[in-house]
Amino acid sequence: MQFDLLIINGTLMDPGFGFTKKADLGIKDGKIAKVFDEGKLTRKVIDKFPAESIVDAEGAIVTPGLVDIHVHFREPGREDKETIQSGSRAAAAGGFTTVACMPNTQPAIDNQETVKFVTSLAEKGDCRVYCVGAITKNRDGEELSEIGDLVKAGVVAISDDGDYLQNPEMMRRALEYARMFDIPVISHAEDEFLAGGGIVNESFESSRLGMQGRPAVAEEIAILRDIKLAGLTGGRLHIAHVSTAGGVEAIRRGKAEGVKVTAEVAPHHFTLTDDLIGEKFDTNLRVNPPIRSEADRQAMIKGLIDGTIDCIATDHAPHTEEEKDVEFDQASPGMIGLETSLGLAITELSDRGYLAIPDLLRKMSSNPAKIIGLEPNSLNEGEVADITIFDPEARWVVKKEKFLSKSKNSPFVGRKLKGKIKATVMGGRITYRAK
Amino acid sequence: MSLSSRHLLQLEGTPKKDLDLILDTAESFREILDRPIKKVPPLRGKTVVNIFYEPSTRTKLSFELAEKRLSADTMTFTTAMSSVRKGESLKDTVRNIEAMKIDMVVVRHSSAGVPYYLTQCLEANIINAGDGTHEHPTQGLLDIFTIRQKYGKIKGLRVLLVGDLKHSRVARSNIWGLKTLGASVAICGPSTLLPYEAEKFGIDVYTDIDEAMEGVDVVNILRIQLERQKAGLFPSQREYTNLFGITTERLKRLNKNYTIMHPGPMNRGVEISNDVADSPASVILSQVTNGQAVRMAVLYLLSGAEEQGNKV
Repeated sequence: MQFDLLIINGTLMDPGFGFTKKADLGIKDGKIAKVFDEGKLTRKVIDKFPAESIVDAEGAIVTPGLVDIHVHFREPGREDKETIQSGSRAAAAGGFTTVACMPNTQPAIDNQETVKFVTSLAEKGDCRVYCVGAITKNRDGEELSEIGDLVKAGVVAISDDGDYLQNPEMMRRALEYARMFDIPVISHAEDEFLAGGGIVNESFESSRLGMQGRPAVAEEIAILRDIKLAGLTGGRLHIAHVSTAGGVEAIRRGKAEGVKVTAEVAPHHFTLTDDLIGEKFDTNLRVNPPIRSEADRQAMIKGLIDGTIDCIATDHAPHTEEEKDVEFDQASPGMIGLETSLGLAITELSDRGYLAIPDLLRKMSSNPAKIIGLEPNSLNEGEVADITIFDPEARWVVKKEKFLSKSKNSPFVGRKLKGKIKATVMGGRITYRAK
Repeated sequence: MSLSSRHLLQLEGTPKKDLDLILDTAESFREILDRPIKKVPPLRGKTVVNIFYEPSTRTKLSFELAEKRLSADTMTFTTAMSSVRKGESLKDTVRNIEAMKIDMVVVRHSSAGVPYYLTQCLEANIINAGDGTHEHPTQGLLDIFTIRQKYGKIKGLRVLLVGDLKHSRVARSNIWGLKTLGASVAICGPSTLLPYEAEKFGIDVYTDIDEAMEGVDVVNILRIQLERQKAGLFPSQREYTNLFGITTERLKRLNKNYTIMHPGPMNRGVEISNDVADSPASVILSQVTNGQAVRMAVLYLLSGAEEQGNKV
């Protein structure tokens, strides 16, 4: 049998199907053509194979491609921050084979044409790019977008991300209407009346720094409202980047009551706390929702462990240097996350004993895929060859100049991480290979 | 003796020995202000720039005069005449100014953290003249200096700050400096104008002014900004004055030999009554004079003039 690509010497770990074993993979026509049990793939075959088409996964874990359902690729409109191409390269470098782009582009992804534009650009990119459509036209919270049209064009969810739908009646309609298409409504849950104008978490830190706070209740109230509306309508609700202990608790109760609610957490919310801000006023720490207290951070970890939080999503939010090298309160909120997500998750969650690696991978691949209605990636024979290969033991230091994202706004620069991507394969093609 | 930092960014975390050194140095400068010729040479040849991104009258004048009295070359610019309006970034603006070979920068800005940010962009010594609602360290120091001048000590005194504590950089600097020097600090204001979790500053927090005044030596009355009322943080100026205005009647609960302070500008008849402002216990004008001495001390100590042997 002829193969296009071999992944050898690795440990296959497919948490979705519950297996871990030493094996080699033969890839053909974008699919996993053959899984060779350890030792079955002969040295002779390997030696004849062109080196550039072999991924040596010695010491590494070979796992179904990672999925990030919350990224901002900024195209169309802000190609100076990121493009579909640069974003997908960053995704591949972070081990992701699939991402979902938020609709807060210029123009917003609220019509078929914009969806087609993004998808067509993504065809040449290094990962699969799905669109989240806008709930309302131009994301202004006034009128529903043509959601049926958007679904036809391929959107996998709807959201007015970045803005909470302030009008509860509109949110109710969105959940009801989206139910017809069985897509989730993703909520950036922060009540703007309470959070508006705030630039950091409301806490003693905000008091100390004299910065206006975004109180935790702004998120908690927003989540509670949306869970009630999801319960009322039977619609599917997905809470983006939960950041507060109260928010996690609200989701936990909603799930217990049978509401169709899922949730994601961003790596920065299970890694960072707001007491870091006063150290250097690093504008890369400015993000919405803000990084919170240690108690909140612990609640994120607990939520991941007990399943309240279904998945990890980066909220990859590129901003230019010009937008970040300014006064703290003038800086655009958000940080990039694709290239540090797995390393942070392994360092902060697995290495500290909170989540075993298979559980972690479920939260970064099969769970997020299911939330947006995709078939989870798998390593079974015949499946599409979307594969992530990483060394869980490798240690590395985050370096600004190594980011493939067009923007470099990461507060993690200089941080030592454990767990490094060795290679990423999408549709049988190597989209990233570590040097 | 010298300070442990090249900059004065905040009083939070500033060690006691630095505070003592600044206050002691300010004593000697305070004497100079009573001389017929109020000018001394230690900053001769040094250039100081005052960058004011927010309107200011007394702090700006006070710094300018302090610099001139130390024989520094000074210039001042405010946003109204700067290229900020043309969209130049803060970083570019200050780097352009520094390119004119300046030694020290005094900065006032509406964003918390700007003085720290400037330490990352510039080589010059940075003095914070107020950053947002974060800190105003020289105001804190001059308030503390004024208290020390009267009582000969800070330790053991009870100081009450009254007003809009949430948005007050003066309050934050006072709290940290006073606590480091061993005072007991209390705050009092409408609950909507108190910082979140204010007790974590290590202070007593009151909303009843009469209760708060009990056993207090020094009352520092903060300016109440009328735009806070428009933002819905208190119902009316009238109600504020009824609940928190400092009147002679309310002074009765204070310790004997009490002191009234106000960092200015005052809204007479709002947060402070006329008779209180002008009473013998009021040191409001001394605060202004002392501000000179304290700013001279800070400029002198940070400039390194002392190590170079430029004694006063």
